[in-house]
Amino acid sequence: MAILTKDEAEQILKKVIGFSKADGIQASLNGNDGGNIRYARNSVSTSGEDSNVSLAVQSYYGKKSGTATINEFDDASLEKVVRRAEELAQLAPENPEFMEPIPQPTYGGESKTWAEATAKISPEFRAKVAADSINPAAAKNITAAGFLDDNRGFNALMNSKGLYAYNKATSANFTVTMRTNDGTGSGWAGSTAADVSKMNPSLASKTAIDKALMSRNAKALEPGKYTVVLESSAAADLVRLMLNMNARQADEGRSFYAKKGGGTKLGEKIVDERVNIYTDPWHDEVPASPWANDGQARKRMDLIKNGTVANLFYDRYWASHKNVAPVPFGGNTIMEGGTASIEDMIKDTKRGVLVTRFWYIRPVDPQTLLYTGLTRDGTFFIENGKIKHPIKNFRFNESPIIMLNNLETLGKQERVVTSEGNPNGFIPSMKIRDFTFSSLSDAV
Amino acid sequence: MKRRDFVQLTGAGIAGSILSFPTFGNPVSVDKLVEPFLSVAAKKQLADVALNTAKLLGATYTDVRIGRYLNQFISTRENKVQNIVNTESFGVGIRVIANGTWGFAATNAVTNEGVKMATEQAVRIAKANSKYQKEPVVLAPNEGHGEVSWNTPLQKNSLEVPVAEKVDLLLRANSEALKNGASFANSNLFQVNEQKYFASTDGSYIDQDIHRIWPTFTVSVTDRASGKFKSRAAMSAPMGMGYEYMIPKPEDKLPGPSGMVLYRNSYDIIEDAAIAARQAKEMISAKSVEPGKYDLVLEPNHLGLTIHESVGHPLELDRILGYEANYAGTSFATLDKLKSGTFNYGSKQVNIFADKTQAGSLGAVGYDDEGVKAKRWDLIKAGIFVNVEAIRDQVHIVGQKESHGCCYAQSWSDVQFQRMPNVSLAPGQEPYSSAQMIKDVEKGIYIAGRGSYSIDQQRYNFQFGGTAFYEIKNGEITGMLNDVAYQSNTQEFWNSCAKICDEKDYRLFGSFFDGKGQPSQISAVSHGSSTSRFNGVNVINTGRTI
Repeated sequence: MAILTKDEAEQILKKVIGFSKADGIQASLNGNDGGNIRYARNSVSTSGEDSNVSLAVQSYYGKKSGTATINEFDDASLEKVVRRAEELAQLAPENPEFMEPIPQPTYGGESKTWAEATAKISPEFRAKVAADSINPAAAKNITAAGFLDDNRGFNALMNSKGLYAYNKATSANFTVTMRTNDGTGSGWAGSTAADVSKMNPSLASKTAIDKALMSRNAKALEPGKYTVVLESSAAADLVRLMLNMNARQADEGRSFYAKKGGGTKLGEKIVDERVNIYTDPWHDEVPASPWANDGQARKRMDLIKNGTVANLFYDRYWASHKNVAPVPFGGNTIMEGGTASIEDMIKDTKRGVLVTRFWYIRPVDPQTLLYTGLTRDGTFFIENGKIKHPIKNFRFNESPIIMLNNLETLGKQERVVTSEGNPNGFIPSMKIRDFTFSSLSDAV
Repeated sequence: MKRRDFVQLTGAGIAGSILSFPTFGNPVSVDKLVEPFLSVAAKKQLADVALNTAKLLGATYTDVRIGRYLNQFISTRENKVQNIVNTESFGVGIRVIANGTWGFAATNAVTNEGVKMATEQAVRIAKANSKYQKEPVVLAPNEGHGEVSWNTPLQKNSLEVPVAEKVDLLLRANSEALKNGASFANSNLFQVNEQKYFASTDGSYIDQDIHRIWPTFTVSVTDRASGKFKSRAAMSAPMGMGYEYMIPKPEDKLPGPSGMVLYRNSYDIIEDAAIAARQAKEMISAKSVEPGKYDLVLEPNHLGLTIHESVGHPLELDRILGYEANYAGTSFATLDKLKSGTFNYGSKQVNIFADKTQAGSLGAVGYDDEGVKAKRWDLIKAGIFVNVEAIRDQVHIVGQKESHGCCYAQSWSDVQFQRMPNVSLAPGQEPYSSAQMIKDVEKGIYIAGRGSYSIDQQRYNFQFGGTAFYEIKNGEITGMLNDVAYQSNTQEFWNSCAKICDEKDYRLFGSFFDGKGQPSQISAVSHGSSTSRFNGVNVINTGRTI
């Protein structure tokens, strides 16, 4: 029963709300069917499926609230979970920041997050994806390791103020690392989509194989400042790190978005004026739920407009405290791109580095959004418009803010698979000048 | 949308970031956390259903884990309780070998019928996957232990301590920080109890009750005029202990530089919060480090993370073999380096051991999640790489006949796999204190606590920050430093280890939420060490102007 329809979910939630004796109640019903296959050493290592539906009920009395969860849905169980939430609410300490649930907002249109093709993925399909990755690798003396993870799920929310929201979504994610059997070359690629028919794992495997072969016997280049061509995955893994644009932390003076002397950087130009980043639940490539977790409507909203901070996220408590409208977090990230292909950007580079992806990215200084991490699985030296040879991996110390001030060219957008974190992003590749590589790594 | 719930705590980590941690369970009332569980006899009866069903279906090996996983997480900021989360997760995971291949299935229907159905599914999966299997699973022998039990040696079960008492302690720590000049204070208390019953066709029926605790905070000071903000995290360690860790004892306090206090087997959160606020204030105006080579004096609550990343992970055998190639990566510590018997991982002073029995550690158990008795073994002996971390189906690859007991699953619903044991640096043999060590350094930096950490996918190149940095000039601490990070290469770094303090300085660092695998699982592990000196390490300046 993991995927309930809008009507089925509504029936259960109406019963739940009907059992309430507290000042108010909000209930969410969520279900998910997921499957995955993992392979390494050219052989399947694990595969599995999981399925779960659960109901979470939050009851409140004044500023005291309690939450209880259950995964049984007969009437007696539904009443039991409501009583349990009420009992916990009465025992809870008062939370001065508690916000009552909201009445029904208007959502801006039908969700685009569900794709039937993804919902129908079978264990046989997963096994074939693995086989289509392992076989071409083995034929070229390469060892494949990869992971395919697919999900279909629904979320429904109802409260005693009359709100009902429902959304169902699918997703599929594939990544693969190809390593040459002599241990000197490694390539990586990924593919992700809400609709698996738009995904191309075989092409990703081929790209990773090509990169593994191309990256053999890398030469060392001196660390320093380089012009870099960042493939969309590498670019996205840094861009996503500047988007925790929480208004409260900025107002409190403990975020990059805090302004010297007080206030926030809202309205300040922080990066190159060609940088435009926004969120939009109805985007065709990276669709997101039209409503946020607390039921607030999401809409298309600029985050960075012409290099300027256009919005910060305000949770409902902080918005009421600051007397502004709440701004919920978006469900995706879209950064406007240009028309240049990776090849165009290489052709246009006298001396630089092509980066496939970054890895082990960690914050160094929250004040400047400085991060460190390394290149991995396909790093190449560009000279006079051509890829000259593979190079050893670099460690970088760089801030996405500095990086986007040193923007040279914006490439084409792609739905990105990143190494760490999933921004549900449609992000361009890009060329950046003076990117800081601070040391060399021997890792392949 | 996923099976796992993530609770978000704003501002609990480094200021400006959001810490989300997995809870793996359904919210329950506080009382539920101390309710008794199924009797051992009932668990044995259910386990036998799985063992017998699998045998009838042709499985050659079966293990059953009936698990009840309890968590209580409390989070506060300043004078407010932000969240109290109590969760319980209960179910059974069954793993079989059929046709020479692993199969696994789990269910929360812990009844004879539920267990039987999950067992049938596990066997079906094993048989289906055997089509893709190249070599049959080889299990190292493991004797049955009969009916045995093991408990974390607790003085006080933290789940039995009233929530109000724990909340009060956290709020007092916040208040102490604010009184001493902090602008903000966030504090958290994580408590975990794993009640695990394991049975296998080897003849083991093992009942274990495992507890872990982690009090932690972030204290921040903002200076609106300059736009600067600095944070100082707690100097506590997550431990495999009960609430006794929260009751400070004078004998567990060690003096650090400039009035800093370091903690061993009990923690004084109130005292540390006050010191943290004063240190964060001092950091606002501390000088920025001059980049260059320094002799580093690393205290255990910092060095533990360096050990974790540069020794613990690279010596995991599944990584070395390539099973983690697509995610965490592989390892520079290859099998030919192990077999050579001459690979200089570190200097002669460096003796690093794995130990699943270490008292108070996060990784301490009686038996691992495939029924292997916990033990201690050497990884690096007098600087030489001598062994790895392995489980039953791998250890034959390195020519050994006995598993190291490193198998772990984060819950009943996840399949167990190889995880890092406690990995620790042995203390120096000669009497030597950290104060003496500082006196012997001409140009150096003392680093306390964990900070930013990043290492490449084969564990060569790393960069580490810390919580607090002090400049050492001609044997004296001269003041705090900002913008410090050191970069090195694992082998070069451990070979620069010049001195290690004695056992009086020895204490544990811990990692409470260590992630690995796809889909990712967490585990908790400790790393013991004494303050150690590393000569001529490259220090960079991480300050930037925007």
